[in-house]
Amino acid sequence: MAKAKLTFDTEKCKGCELCVTFCPKKILVLDSETNSKGYYPVKVTNIDECIACGTCAIMCPDSIITVEKE
Amino acid sequence: MAVVYKKSIALTDTPLSFCPGCTHGIIHKLVAENLVELGVYDRAVGVAPVGCAALSDHFFSCDMYVAAHGRAPAVATGQKRVHPDNFVFTYQGDGDLASIGTAEVVHAAHRGEKISTVFVNNAIYGMTGGQMAPTTLVGQKASTAPYGRSEEHCGKPIRIAEMIATIEGAKFVERVSVDTPANVRKAKKAIRRAFECQIQGKGYALVEVLSTCPTNWGFTPAGAMKWLQENMIPYYPLGNFKDFE
Repeated sequence: MAKAKLTFDTEKCKGCELCVTFCPKKILVLDSETNSKGYYPVKVTNIDECIACGTCAIMCPDSIITVEKE
Repeated sequence: MAVVYKKSIALTDTPLSFCPGCTHGIIHKLVAENLVELGVYDRAVGVAPVGCAALSDHFFSCDMYVAAHGRAPAVATGQKRVHPDNFVFTYQGDGDLASIGTAEVVHAAHRGEKISTVFVNNAIYGMTGGQMAPTTLVGQKASTAPYGRSEEHCGKPIRIAEMIATIEGAKFVERVSVDTPANVRKAKKAIRRAFECQIQGKGYALVEVLSTCPTNWGFTPAGAMKWLQENMIPYYPLGNFKDFE
C-alpha cells in the first residue's frame, strides 16, 4: 500500500523533466501520450517507492505537482 | 492524507507563459509562498518588469502593476509612499534591472525605499530572442554576440548584488541560485529575509536569483542547470552581502 500520493495537473505540464532529473528515487518518467498542448507530461512509475519528499514539486516551475503522505 | 506540497494560493490558475524548464516558475513559487507564509498576501502589491516576467501580473494573484521598462522600483516607490501599509515588491529580470533600469534600482536603494526586489539573473535577454545582456558572461554566445561576449568590446558582466550592497540605504542583499533543490530552499529563505526587511521597516532589500534560460542558452532544462553551476556561480558567487540586525 502506497504511503504517498502524487497528483499531476498534466494539462499544464510542459515535460521539462526537472522533476524527473531531481527525483531521488528516480520513479518519475514522461508519458508516451501527449497532453492537448503537445507536451509529454510526467507520470509516476512506482508510487510505492515514493517517500513524499516533495522535491519534484519544489523543482516544478509550473506548480503542477501536489504531494501528500499518510 | 497530509499535504506535503501544493500550489500556493498567491499564484493563479493561469498556465505560466514561460518556456518549459524555465526557472522563472520556481522563483514565482518562492515569492508566492513567502507572501502567504509572512501574512502579507492580502496587502501585497507587486510590480512586474518588461521582459519574460512582464506577464507575471497574470500569475500572481495579489495586486500587480506592470511598469515601464526598468522603472519597477520607481512605481514601487510611489505605491509604498502613498500606501505605507502595503507590502510592495518588484520582480525584475537582468535585461530590465541591470540595463535600462539601473538608475532606478540604484536610487531606490540609495533613498532606502522600504520595498523588496527579486532580481532574476539569467545572463541573457529572454523574451526578445537571446540578445546579450549586461550580465552575459565573457565568451557566452548570444544572438547579438555570435562569437561570444568580448571583454575588450563590451567589458565584463555587471555584478548587481555587490554593487547594491555598497549603498547605505540597502539593508539586505543576497545572491542565491535555484539550480538544485537545496539551493531552492536557501533561495526561499533569502527572499523571506528580504521581505522581513521591509515588514520591519529597515529599508531596501534585494535578492539576486541566478536563473536559467534553456531556450536561449540552447540546453535542455537539466543541462541549463549544469551550465549555471559551472559557469555562472564562479563569476556570480552565492552568499549574503548585507544583513540587518
